[in-house]
Amino acid sequence: MDFLNLFIKAAFIENMVLAYFLGMCSYLAVSKTVKTAVGLGLAVIFVLGITMPINWLINTYLLDGGIMGMDLTFLRLILFIAVIASMVQLVEMIIEKISPSLYNSLGIFLPLITVNCAILGGSLFMVTREYNLIDSVAFGLGGGFGWFLAVIAIAAIREKIRYSNVPPGLRGLGMAFLLTGLMGIAFMSLMGIDPAALTGK
Amino acid sequence: MAETATTTVVKTDEPKLPFGKKERRLITDPLGDNNPITIQVLGICSALAVTTQVIPSVVISIAVIFVCAFSNVIISMLRNHIPKQVRMIVQLVVIATLVTVVEFVLKAFSYDVYKQLSVFIGLIITNCIIMGRLEAFAMANNPWRSFLDGIGNGLGYGAILVAVAILREFFGKGAIAGMQIIGPNADYLINTSESWLFGWYAPNNLFVFPPAAMFIIAVMIWIQRTYRPNLVDIS
Repeated sequence: MDFLNLFIKAAFIENMVLAYFLGMCSYLAVSKTVKTAVGLGLAVIFVLGITMPINWLINTYLLDGGIMGMDLTFLRLILFIAVIASMVQLVEMIIEKISPSLYNSLGIFLPLITVNCAILGGSLFMVTREYNLIDSVAFGLGGGFGWFLAVIAIAAIREKIRYSNVPPGLRGLGMAFLLTGLMGIAFMSLMGIDPAALTGK
Repeated sequence: MAETATTTVVKTDEPKLPFGKKERRLITDPLGDNNPITIQVLGICSALAVTTQVIPSVVISIAVIFVCAFSNVIISMLRNHIPKQVRMIVQLVVIATLVTVVEFVLKAFSYDVYKQLSVFIGLIITNCIIMGRLEAFAMANNPWRSFLDGIGNGLGYGAILVAVAILREFFGKGAIAGMQIIGPNADYLINTSESWLFGWYAPNNLFVFPPAAMFIIAVMIWIQRTYRPNLVDIS
């Protein structure tokens, strides 16, 4: 599939948060203010964009009969999560070196990316859908971008809704769930659109 | 919100009774006032997408209970030997190993369910409730108490999951756990095309779509916090 098509599909039509509920924990935790949401959103794009091709290489050349034809697929989950954890560690060190101010503002959220389901989910979708290397880069960047969009949108709405008169039991978390549901309905209208068909390929 | 709501970790002496009052609370608390989903807001990630039907949700719940309990036990036994810097990776490897076990057991005994759940079995690894309990409880408590805590949190998680799944499957498809109860043809227990009493009924397809799960959980949170105003956090 075309790079751009898959990117758009991953970002909008199959949005990680709104269509699959992936990465909900960090999504709810960082969406209190737009500033932190932007920081974590960018980090997610970056980590997804890096780990998907690395995991693709590992899966294709190492696990799937790469070493003397052995089927090592049972190690897939462990290796994937190890790659993600070490990549996050690496990103953390690089950011700390290059921009200490960004590092301080991200704080605890950087290690949180390791347990962001969207990252591992991307790699697992890649295996079940049998993407090739370029597809997996497109899917990683697109999925990350979709996550970024969703988290910024909800953070902006939550900043505004704090000044509204919401029933006490729904304040905070309840409202965040309702809003995510409504955003999900909005994104459902994109479902079934096939970018490949639109470009006539 | 997640940090404030988790139980405060108190290092206790070895319990005199293996199953005293404190131990019972470890199991009952997560079912109510310290529920993993509605209060701690952990672990919503991986499993809401599977709640369109009851059977996959029950399978996921059992898997989470198993992984949560045993990873708690293993980490609790290792807790004095793990260096602080690498504890995340150690925890993740333990969880990933257990999830791999679950994946292969499921593949062997119930291939249909395995296919249906596809990536969501693997995503149990990143289920924050498991990591959260390891960090907040197992790193500071003995194995038996950690085991109970794992069981309790798994149950609290599963209870919400199955409740959501029952609502979604019944209103969305007119069935519960595959038993067809109400619908438009003769396969169903109540056939709405012939019954004069239920002729108006039509399944609400919205419940099959992801947003419905969000609405159902929002309502659950609303109800719980209306009766327990002290749980409300304004953020």
